[in-house]
Amino acid sequence: MKVKVFFFAALREQVGVACEDIDLPGEKSTIAALRSHLAARGGAWASALSDKKLLRFAVNQDVARTDATLKAGDEVAFFPPVTGG
Amino acid sequence: MKILVQREDFDCGAEIEQVARGNPKVGAVASFVGLVRDVNEDAAVRTMTLEHYPGMTERSIAQIVEEARTRWNVIDCTVIHRIGELKPTDRIVLVVVASGHRGDAFAACEFIMDYLKTRAPFWKKEQTPQGARWVEARAVDDEAAARWKDK
Repeated sequence: MKVKVFFFAALREQVGVACEDIDLPGEKSTIAALRSHLAARGGAWASALSDKKLLRFAVNQDVARTDATLKAGDEVAFFPPVTGG
Repeated sequence: MKILVQREDFDCGAEIEQVARGNPKVGAVASFVGLVRDVNEDAAVRTMTLEHYPGMTERSIAQIVEEARTRWNVIDCTVIHRIGELKPTDRIVLVVVASGHRGDAFAACEFIMDYLKTRAPFWKKEQTPQGARWVEARAVDDEAAARWKDK
């Protein structure tokens, strides 16, 4: 199944990608599985997405937890804790 | 309710004037303006660039405003947040809340700012003499947002 993944701010700079279509195995997945899938690419991906990094997530533009279910066509975002205002 | 994410500066006086204009139920208008400082964590800040997540930003601010409306009397509200490159003394954010009485207006305005700082997807990158750096999220901002949980 395909999902669209966005990366923002410091994370976007670390992985060098702002947006990418990702093909995940199966018909359902989770944020945690997507994170592992991307970290398995190694290099900057492994360090930027390691469990030690404090990250935030969104699914279809709503804040989501790592156990959130993903389905085909979802818009997923990975980003550092926010610093606006 | 008016929510804007924009590069351009805003006119605080005009925005305060326009909130709930002509509505005789409004007895109080509270506002907050956030500005760029020239120093952060002991480093001089030359410029600051604000990045955001288009779509989710407006959506999350709308949700924060809706939550404020469930807690307090909010007759009208304007939130404007700037993006792009800003320099010290520039305005970053404006929150204006119109209510029947000042207690609701003050509380809702502070609540919206506290939640915006911890929930709306904006990120600041500072240019300092030592180079560029992303601003780290601060625990005090989480604490400020958390104190509204029981109110």
